Amino acid sequence: MLSNRRPTALLLTIALVCTAAVLAAACGGSGGDDKLVVYSGREQELVEPLYAQFTKDTGIELDVRWGESPELAATIREEGDATPADVFYAQDAGSIGVLDSQLTPLPQADLDLVDARYRDPAGLWVGVTGRIRVLAYNTDRVQSDALPASVLDLASPDWKLGDIGVAPTNASFVGFVSAMRETLGDANTQTFLDGLATHAKTFQKNGQIVDAIASGEVDTGLVNHYYLYEKLGSDPNAPIANHYFDPSDPGSLVNVSAVGILSTSTQKEDAETFVNWLLTKGQVYFANDAVEREYPLNASQPGLERAAELPPLAEHMGPDVDLAKLGEDLEGTIAMIRKAGLVT
Amino acid sequence: MIAIAPIVYLVIRATAGGGAQSLDVSTIWPATVRTFALAVFVAIGAIGIGVPLAVLTVRTNLPLRRIALVLGALPLVIPSYVGALALLGALGPRGLLAQALEPVGVFRLPTIDGLLGSTIVLVLFTYPYVLLLTASALRRIDPTLEQAARGMGRGSLDTFLNVTLPQIRSSVIAGALLAALYAMSDFGVVSLLRCTTLTREAFLRYDALYDPAGAAAVGLVLAALALLMVGAEQWTLRGSTVAARRRVRARDADVPLELSRGARVGATAFVTIIVFLALLLPLAILGWWAITLVGQADLLSQIIEVLPAAGNAIAVSVAAAVVCLLLALPVAALVARTGGRLPRWIESISYIGYALPGIVVGLGLVFFAIRTAPFLYQTVALVVLAYVVRLLPQAISGARSGWERVDPRFEQAARGMGRSGLDTLVRVTLPLAAPGVLTGAALVVLTAIKELPATLLLRPNGFNTPATIIWQKTNVAEYASAAVPALILIAISVLPVYVLLIRPEARSYRRST
Repeated sequence: MLSNRRPTALLLTIALVCTAAVLAAACGGSGGDDKLVVYSGREQELVEPLYAQFTKDTGIELDVRWGESPELAATIREEGDATPADVFYAQDAGSIGVLDSQLTPLPQADLDLVDARYRDPAGLWVGVTGRIRVLAYNTDRVQSDALPASVLDLASPDWKLGDIGVAPTNASFVGFVSAMRETLGDANTQTFLDGLATHAKTFQKNGQIVDAIASGEVDTGLVNHYYLYEKLGSDPNAPIANHYFDPSDPGSLVNVSAVGILSTSTQKEDAETFVNWLLTKGQVYFANDAVEREYPLNASQPGLERAAELPPLAEHMGPDVDLAKLGEDLEGTIAMIRKAGLVT
Repeated sequence: MIAIAPIVYLVIRATAGGGAQSLDVSTIWPATVRTFALAVFVAIGAIGIGVPLAVLTVRTNLPLRRIALVLGALPLVIPSYVGALALLGALGPRGLLAQALEPVGVFRLPTIDGLLGSTIVLVLFTYPYVLLLTASALRRIDPTLEQAARGMGRGSLDTFLNVTLPQIRSSVIAGALLAALYAMSDFGVVSLLRCTTLTREAFLRYDALYDPAGAAAVGLVLAALALLMVGAEQWTLRGSTVAARRRVRARDADVPLELSRGARVGATAFVTIIVFLALLLPLAILGWWAITLVGQADLLSQIIEVLPAAGNAIAVSVAAAVVCLLLALPVAALVARTGGRLPRWIESISYIGYALPGIVVGLGLVFFAIRTAPFLYQTVALVVLAYVVRLLPQAISGARSGWERVDPRFEQAARGMGRSGLDTLVRVTLPLAAPGVLTGAALVVLTAIKELPATLLLRPNGFNTPATIIWQKTNVAEYASAAVPALILIAISVLPVYVLLIRPEARSYRRST
């Protein structure tokens, strides 16, 4: 019995210490009332250096909440008026679009820095960076001249390049299908999805598709252009490249990462400084320093040299659709993707 | 109250937003069937591996059986999502095996995914629930009954089926229930292996449709399915009594079952294959990734980066286990002693939180905290509370099995000698019930330490655990970058497993030999 006591006492001590630590931490509260609270749906590895630079430039300290964009959007909706968030910087326009009733209009001067097609018509959010849909491919297994000019060829019965990696429920793919519905109509879109499904291999996220292409699990995949650079950043010799569809093809949709200010924010001035900074000095980071080579959307910002190495965004305008409208019938889009059998 | 909170939230959310109407039953039906099938298959698979392993390591003269038990239980520390990644890295279409086979003309191996693939992976990482509960049940039943049966000329198998099995049935099924409900709430494995269960449907509604009402409606279906499973458990246990209590000292009665030479070879092969697939292979792959892909220079800095997060995870998990125990003990005592309706009902309800996806529980707590206790919002207290909501049944079932072990006559004797009720509880009942109670607490720590979805939603800004770091790293770069935090997570999980689950088991060998 005695030999049993000591471990029990030790366990009790550990348990008490941990509980006390947690209680103490909880009573300390979240604090930091003077900091600007940013809900960041953008990846920590990508934008943490950017945020650090912002604080250095402006002296405004940030209290950042990291998460997946849709889940942060859901959190802000549950929090309602009590949300601690001052700013939401989302991975995609869709995630911020659902918060319309909780956002406050941005200053017109900031909105005007960005082409009207990359921002909310009501001025509630503005695009910070752009990305183009592409077909990434394995350079060891596919000749670039075998790749089609239109995404519609991916659905053809004559498709010869094996399984295509697709992330059917990811915001980037859903947005692409919604845009196709706008430009080609529902019937043509369903035909495309049905055809694509016959040689699609599904994944949860774009990053998984790029990994699968590099390893040779699939030979091609539909992703945003910057995933290639993420992959090459961690594995410079990966046999992978981007194929761009024709500039006006439905496959060339341009989507954006977007930022907005909560109407309940108590620090609107700092929040506006943050948004303005992202659209000016922050653009330089995305153009020149970030591993992921997204397109800076404020072309008037000086010092964006490296962005010029990418295929010009102006030539890849993609189908002419209103990004704010892409979220209007998500149920319909998902239903069509389901109907094609892509959600397994 | 805590157990019901998620349900209240789901009902409010589902009805307020018109989710019940927006939920198209035709989209949910296949996922419901798939979820049910996955839960049943995982339960069967976990029994199929866990029970033989328990019998072999506790009751036979299998070589190295003590080590086999320890290794057999350890897959519990590998988060199933990380395990799935590692297994894909080894055996996936372009995993290491496929690369090794390239010279002989095999480029891609077939993809094992969907219901089959998810079942295999989830069984491999949940069978230890059955193994541990069964092993401890085997150890506390009275072996004289089996000896009597064999003495009357019954064969070993016959004895096992008709004498042993009925006595350990409740533990086997309790373990299988934990495995089945874990499978229902799992998101990582099913999304990696393309099996759209209800949990994935709920995530789809949040992530692609921004439809919390629809997600809540899916959550209600999931809750109903969980109650069905718990009901099925109680139905299978109807009329069963608590196992005959061991009255003979182990060393006097335990005679290990002699395996024939053929059976020994077969049993050894079985144990080896399971341990290889569920433990050694995933660990080897993670180690390989850590060494080759992270690079020697980064290795140390990555380890240092993860250590504070490991401390955070331990603190909140242990705190959650303490709170779980405080809540579980009265419920367990009442269920075990009085068998009353209300405590049994509370126990059943608590399983709902366990079967719900972490994101549902997380958003439910966001909803309640912001409205009723804003001072708790985005503090670790809420993280602890989320773990309690999700993991309470593990603590209750552990505590209940501990309580059932205590012969009420000991308590009566203590009272008869003039001890007060509290004194009896502290001096007699709790020490005797401790092994089961601690097993439940250890399961809570283990599951909490690797929890991700609710942690992400509820944590204070800047609060990391190894699981959130794995999430952060796999979000951008390839999976290999998660190797270091994953290995540290596994390392810190080994301690509670060893101290609380394996050591008491292994120690009784010493008593019996």
